[in-house]
Amino acid sequence: MKTAVVVFPGSNREGDMARALKQATGREPTMLWHADHELPAGTDLVVLPGGFSYGDYLRCGAIAGRAAIMDAVRAHATRGGLVLGVCNGFQILCESGLLPGVLMRNANLRFVCRMQHLKVERNDTAFTRHYARGQTIEVCIAHGEGNYEADDATIERLEGEGLVAFRYCDSAGNVGGDANPNGSRNDIAGIYSEKRNVLGLMPHPENLIDPLVGGTDGRALFESLASAA
Amino acid sequence: MKARVVVTLKSGILDPQGKAIEGALKSLGVEGVASVRQGKVFDVEFAGGDANAAKAQLQTACEKLLANTVIENYRIEL
Repeated sequence: MKTAVVVFPGSNREGDMARALKQATGREPTMLWHADHELPAGTDLVVLPGGFSYGDYLRCGAIAGRAAIMDAVRAHATRGGLVLGVCNGFQILCESGLLPGVLMRNANLRFVCRMQHLKVERNDTAFTRHYARGQTIEVCIAHGEGNYEADDATIERLEGEGLVAFRYCDSAGNVGGDANPNGSRNDIAGIYSEKRNVLGLMPHPENLIDPLVGGTDGRALFESLASAA
Repeated sequence: MKARVVVTLKSGILDPQGKAIEGALKSLGVEGVASVRQGKVFDVEFAGGDANAAKAQLQTACEKLLANTVIENYRIEL
């Protein structure tokens, strides 16, 4: 598994992401700069990490979504290559058109930074095969704009085609209600592209890979990816 | 030539920031406010004087970057 992490001005989770990828694949990812035009030959997985690309100017992820490297990421996704976007990376995927919808300001207007339970919707994808279907995992969230919104037709399509990847839930696995930290439609925490080779999610699995920091529930996502190619 | 682009949230899209501003206005005693929606204004200056060309360029700018047409409408004023 050959991986690459794209660094934009203002990205700040690329180090955590690189550590998680190295732990699962045994190889250091290639770090790419936003102004690069190509992915290294043979790249299996491209990751857009969290942070505040371009200071969140205009809209979160809007300027990064039009960066030079994104044409190469788009071409990679069209070929069926794997793409993972976490937090700001998810916002960038939506702004670049690789995923539908948009991440809006949290409904309560607060930046939320805390541990969060998620329900794994399906485990037959390259990202989740090391989880169980319906499993409740605990990872962390840290965002001010994670309120997933899309028009009714898009939500219906996401639900109908099984493209919701993760939903916010409580420790007992009950989805929604107070467990929804940001007002996301249908408690959506992450979604897949149509071919399920692109995943965007607001929570940070890359921060839960070591017992030292309170849990390892994020590890299976990277182990799934490592065994995918 | 000066142009202005106004970007507003589509109706039906929840605007938590507008809601917070609405609440603040009410608490300040500003009367008669039924609702507030927050938007963005871009003042763009063009080097040339061709209004049609500028309008076409702004259209592209809005579609490609200034507005997210999933949730926002835009208006170009020249």
